Amino acid sequence: MNKRLSQKIFFTLFRLISLMIVIVLFSILGFIIFNGAKSISWHFLTQMPTDGMTKGGIFPAIVGTLILVLGSMIFAFPVGVAAAIYMNEYVKEGPVKRFMRLMTSNLAGVPSIVFGLFGMALFVNQLHFGDSIIAGSLTLGLLALPVVIRTTEEALKQVDDSFRLASIGLGATKLQTIGKVTLPIAFPNIITGLILSIGRVSGETAPILFTVAAYFLPKLPHSIFDQVMALPYHLYVIATSGTNITESRPIAYGTALVLISIVLICNITASVIRNVLGKRNK
Amino acid sequence: MFKKIINKIIEGFIKTSGWVSSIIVLLIIIFLFKEASGLFNKTPLEEGYMLVVNKKNPIDKLNPDQLKNIFDRDSTSWKTLGGMNADIEIFTVEDISTFYNDSMIGENMSNLPWCINDHISKTENVISYFPEKYLPKNFEGKILHLDKISVYQFLKNKIWLPSARPVSQVGAMPLIISTLLVSLVAILIALPIGLAAAIYLAEVADSRIRTILKPVIELLAGIPSVVYGFFGLVIIVPFVQKIFNLPVGETGLTGSIILAIMALPTIITVAEDALRSVPKAMKEASLALGATHWQTIYKVMIPYASSGITAAAILGIGRAIGETMVALMVTGNANNFTFSLLKPIRTIPATIAAELGEASYGGLHFKALFALGCILFLITLMINVYVEYLSGKKQTK
Repeated sequence: MNKRLSQKIFFTLFRLISLMIVIVLFSILGFIIFNGAKSISWHFLTQMPTDGMTKGGIFPAIVGTLILVLGSMIFAFPVGVAAAIYMNEYVKEGPVKRFMRLMTSNLAGVPSIVFGLFGMALFVNQLHFGDSIIAGSLTLGLLALPVVIRTTEEALKQVDDSFRLASIGLGATKLQTIGKVTLPIAFPNIITGLILSIGRVSGETAPILFTVAAYFLPKLPHSIFDQVMALPYHLYVIATSGTNITESRPIAYGTALVLISIVLICNITASVIRNVLGKRNK
Repeated sequence: MFKKIINKIIEGFIKTSGWVSSIIVLLIIIFLFKEASGLFNKTPLEEGYMLVVNKKNPIDKLNPDQLKNIFDRDSTSWKTLGGMNADIEIFTVEDISTFYNDSMIGENMSNLPWCINDHISKTENVISYFPEKYLPKNFEGKILHLDKISVYQFLKNKIWLPSARPVSQVGAMPLIISTLLVSLVAILIALPIGLAAAIYLAEVADSRIRTILKPVIELLAGIPSVVYGFFGLVIIVPFVQKIFNLPVGETGLTGSIILAIMALPTIITVAEDALRSVPKAMKEASLALGATHWQTIYKVMIPYASSGITAAAILGIGRAIGETMVALMVTGNANNFTFSLLKPIRTIPATIAAELGEASYGGLHFKALFALGCILFLITLMINVYVEYLSGKKQTK
């Protein structure tokens, strides 16, 4: 009887703790959504910041973040997918593959501020890009790379070997098999990974601090060598070091809400694709 | 023919990309360490400056700590430094007009080197620093040479003030301690909670609850760190301040609480995977012997999954150690050497983020921040390699 009771107590405790985690998440989301909703308006989303960033909108920061996401994905997506193809389709199990995996997980574990340092040393200084969209995009791309590689590799692993063998058996080359059979089957899962890494990249602050982010720049960029504002950096600035922290609080809440919305949309889209796909495959 | 070339190019791209992670890790090592190694080629004295004393002064060498005390006027007598029985007189170029009038200094300070020489040779208890370009010909004082910064000193020294003049203080110790302290406490908070949730997810919850809980945990992982920082700043900081009745709420503990929330998804996911990898036969054998589900979990499953759970905890620490924005926003950014969680502190990533913008390119401060980056990189690298080793061990079991 006693052991049944202790099981009951512990399982109830675990249930409560899990419930608490859900409550924590919803209180964070609720806090941002509730306070941010008051600031969101068409004007807020489409206007330049004014009055020392205490009034006006966050348009340049939204555009900046979208540009950086696009730029980082142009680099990280093709390279990451190709790397995953090589690791899953070309290399045989063994020390080489283990080494590649280890390096990918090492890269995934590198703190984002170290990416920032590296981006500054390589792109900004060594290659003389300066603080620019291209330096920031490449830095963010490096950070997204292991995410893309991992999710693509998972997606490729799920493709049944019989498809590959059938294709090869019909006389297709390896490259044809990858391009016409393996990739199309794995495609929805690869896209899920892409969307998740977009969510990740759009919220990163530390890598862009010294590679692209502008404190206050109320105009849109003209070339890839311009600086831009970005949502996460903008939130950091107006939350901690803006000209007037109390007056700009509503802007901070609004910025946080826009940022969270991007992440939420990415996550929800990814899980919808995954669920639809899960049903189709059954 | 044309198609063949295209195919060759595509295959070449695929094969090169395969090595991209390794290449980037290598490049990170090269660039970080290249910048950082410059630090150990420099003396902590401000670049282009000379440090001199009177010729009769018996002291030949002073270390950065002693120099800091001298210029902060904490050490006022040469005797405490093992020298003569006299007060220390600090003399800089700015003080020149108190000893010499304008005509003696000359037009455009042309006679300044002479004045410096004159004053230093006449004053036995003087210590002075001035730009190298003012070094007099036939200088009659004694130039003090400082040792280059050593790796040991960098790791051991307890003061981090790289922009101090004339002698920089680059001691990474307080930053390393703060970083480890905040991260460890974060994991102490997050591990029991995360493990409980992982057990619940893996063993107790039915599939309907799982489909709710899983996305919640993914979302928790997806929230940008700067949003966590903002949330912490507005909610947790005043909360901690009130509860512990502190002058400021930005403390190490505040950082630990937020970092714990952020580490939860990593811990839960990895620990849940570890619990799921326990063979069914083991679990069922225990149940068949009459053990309850809970007894099976903590007597059989948790010991079996222990290496996975360790991996979860270590990965969580790795995440917390490298987290920048939260540490920057809620831990107070004070340059304290303290083991107290209720005081403002500053972690390594927060220091880099806060100071790199103001450090001049290629200078001592700049290089010191890259050296901090190296420490951070090495810690996380070790953590990753160790976790890979743990999971490799599990597979061969």
